[in-house]
Amino acid sequence: MKDFAALLDRLVYTPSRNGKLRLLADYFRRTPDPDRGWALAALTGDLDFPNAKAGAIRDLAREQADEVLFALSYDYVGDLAETTALLWQTQSGAEPPRLAGVVEALRRAGRTEVRGLVSGWLDGLDATGRWALLKLITGGLRIGVSARLARVALAQAFDAAVEEIEEVWHAVEPPYGDLFAWLAGDGEKPDVAGRATFRPFMLAHPLEEGVALDPADWLVEWKWDGIRVQLAARGGERRLYSRTGDDISAAFPDVLDAMGFDGVLDGELLVRDPADPGSADPASFNALQQRLNRKTVSKKMLAAHPAYVVAYDILFDGAADLRDLPLEKRRERLEAFAAQHGHPDIELSARLDAPDWPAVAALQAEARRLGREGLMLKRRDSRYEPGRKTGLWFKWKRAPLLADAVLMYAQRGHGRRSSFYSDYTFGVWRGGELVPVGKAYFGFTDEELAQLDRWVRNHTLNRFGPVREVEKRLVFEVAFDSIHPSPRHKSGLAMRFPRIARIRWDKPAGEADRIEALEAMV
Amino acid sequence: MAGLRPEDWLKTTDRGLWCAPADLYIDPVRAVERAVVTHGHADHARPGNRRVLATPETLAIMRARYGEAAARQAQPLGYGETLDLDDVTVRLVPAGHVLGSAQVVLEHAGQRIVVSGDYKRRRDPTCPAFEPVACDVFVTEATFALPVFRHPDDAGEVASLLASVALFPERAHLVGAYGLGKAQRLIRLIREAGWDRPLYLHGALRALCDLYEAHGIGLGPLEPVAGRDRAAFAGEIVLAPPGSLTDRWSRRLPDPVTAMASGWMRVRQRAKQRGVELPLIISDHADWDELTATLEEVGAPEVWVTHGREEALVHWAAGRGIRARALSLIGREDEDE
Repeated sequence: MKDFAALLDRLVYTPSRNGKLRLLADYFRRTPDPDRGWALAALTGDLDFPNAKAGAIRDLAREQADEVLFALSYDYVGDLAETTALLWQTQSGAEPPRLAGVVEALRRAGRTEVRGLVSGWLDGLDATGRWALLKLITGGLRIGVSARLARVALAQAFDAAVEEIEEVWHAVEPPYGDLFAWLAGDGEKPDVAGRATFRPFMLAHPLEEGVALDPADWLVEWKWDGIRVQLAARGGERRLYSRTGDDISAAFPDVLDAMGFDGVLDGELLVRDPADPGSADPASFNALQQRLNRKTVSKKMLAAHPAYVVAYDILFDGAADLRDLPLEKRRERLEAFAAQHGHPDIELSARLDAPDWPAVAALQAEARRLGREGLMLKRRDSRYEPGRKTGLWFKWKRAPLLADAVLMYAQRGHGRRSSFYSDYTFGVWRGGELVPVGKAYFGFTDEELAQLDRWVRNHTLNRFGPVREVEKRLVFEVAFDSIHPSPRHKSGLAMRFPRIARIRWDKPAGEADRIEALEAMV
Repeated sequence: MAGLRPEDWLKTTDRGLWCAPADLYIDPVRAVERAVVTHGHADHARPGNRRVLATPETLAIMRARYGEAAARQAQPLGYGETLDLDDVTVRLVPAGHVLGSAQVVLEHAGQRIVVSGDYKRRRDPTCPAFEPVACDVFVTEATFALPVFRHPDDAGEVASLLASVALFPERAHLVGAYGLGKAQRLIRLIREAGWDRPLYLHGALRALCDLYEAHGIGLGPLEPVAGRDRAAFAGEIVLAPPGSLTDRWSRRLPDPVTAMASGWMRVRQRAKQRGVELPLIISDHADWDELTATLEEVGAPEVWVTHGREEALVHWAAGRGIRARALSLIGREDEDE
């Protein structure tokens, strides 16, 4: 538990992805089984202790100090688990538990036993250990590590390809003894035949400006404005995977219901507008977002935002692996597959008809009006290869929206950028006042960052910790993919993927955009 | 003098605690005629007083910081020596906070009041340990006076710093440490952990390190940061004042892991606010257990609580039948300790 606690403690404070990977890989290499396996499960969100409830922990905490001292402490620290961890006193003679011991006991424990177990462990641990234990028990580590990042770290620790780990991931169970044995060279690769496991996605490069392609060699499709998903059904097991290989089945029972087939498809997850069910167009990305990042879904949500899939590709037909076939052949198999197992909630992605490059460009220009994210261009002879292979698939996104906004606040970055004011909040005019419309921290060169940092320091009005309010003088041309109503923002608007397109050193702040101009872009 | 109460002869004023019968201020926040200074930190030792009574080490620190303005007339008083000022006897006793730090023991009319200044109870290789003195009134700090503050073993904190250096050998480790006391103690702890390579110093830390060396506290090889290649700092440990951690100064180091040695690092929100990647919980102030143990040890029936989280300590003391009250002294800060 001590090493696991030290790992979590370090991860909480480490902003950079590389730093996190290094810490995780180091831990996976030097920690024995089964502790490292349970740690991995905790990090990927695959541990659940239904009998351990936060309420019991709260009661334990209050027994540790008198009421006044508890209240003063909680008020100062601000976090209940942390307050408890700090208030609890290590008992001499109590042994600190092993992570594996904690996890195995909690999985077996009945509701009434949890309290005594936890209390005994808290006695044996130090403050960091107690904090980690409480985070583990109450779920949601919230340490800025995604399941995907944990798998990348695992690959790094054992010099393996992350795609290989992803392929077997959903066929192995915590504490993953077989997975670690295989990675360490002491065992066979876990067998995934007959399981609905995840297969790494084939990804596209952005199309560079000015490149023209011959449609004779390239399949042209819409790039739909949803999220990329994989539908895997095998031997009665049905699963829906996100682009990062996370199992999101529980949130989409409607899609699972449509998967009356045996095979693996690649597609785009979208939702319909129930007010307009016959439409060929999906509801906005904003509507889809209502269904994302949920563990379960209510009937009401299913009715308000029914999900469906536009299928792009087929990876498996039954047990037959089709990934080595050229796209053109896979496409034929996909059409035949759809004809055989058709379901109204699994549509086929249309092949777009464009005889020459100007026709392709004309389609791309239409994307925004039609609510598509852009075009996909895939070589007709491309095999389905995991990852982002050069020259096979391209995405050609719709042109971004642009607005001129005024820099209002600048915040210090993290890690490498911790001495730079690198995160910028900008606003547009509503009457005579500026209202914030977004925040961006990329889109500029290192040289421009140094200039901006200097400008912020020389034009500061107020300082609030790491944030500086600046004179309202500097205009950014901000590029963004789309803009949505948002009750959480003062301006009532939120931008999707904002970035700094240009720094308009020359433009007077008074000539920046007005809120009405942005409202018209919604 | 029947009926004389302690607050009749040691009073709270807008310049700080004032011992009336000796016309002596303790750590005054504004310049006065006669002051006794507990230790060299800037919120206790201020320039411009006429006559200053302090340990020889504290006077040396004040001279290093303020030059001529340290005092018109400096009067050294070694640990354990006594001095009679009118009807008051003054004695300085080690407080264990930083080099030269002292508790002020005041005796008058058969009463004894101890003003402990800032103190800690655990071992510090750079200064003599706190000595408890039985008294009628004990004046205590309360910087970390909440039961959430229990400082861990400092050797463990230094071990985590060295483990991080081993894990990130291509990066520098930049450690923020207050320039008086914390920096030198940290250096000694790093040496005790077996690190004998040069340590690199921000220029602002140099003078006080030299002063500690001159007082016989060996710190090992220390090198300036200035004038070296960025690449030379890979795998090295650099010390700087806390304010320089995210300063433009830090850009001369290769992708530094920023660490900070402070008791405040115990609370995650505080550490995060500072953008620290590696918090090291090393404090020169007593933690909750040290504070409460000290109150029990000195056995004073009355306790006055100064700067920090007075409320919790006053509550604790009241629960044990100790008359406790908070003194509101101005000019004391949550320093970067």
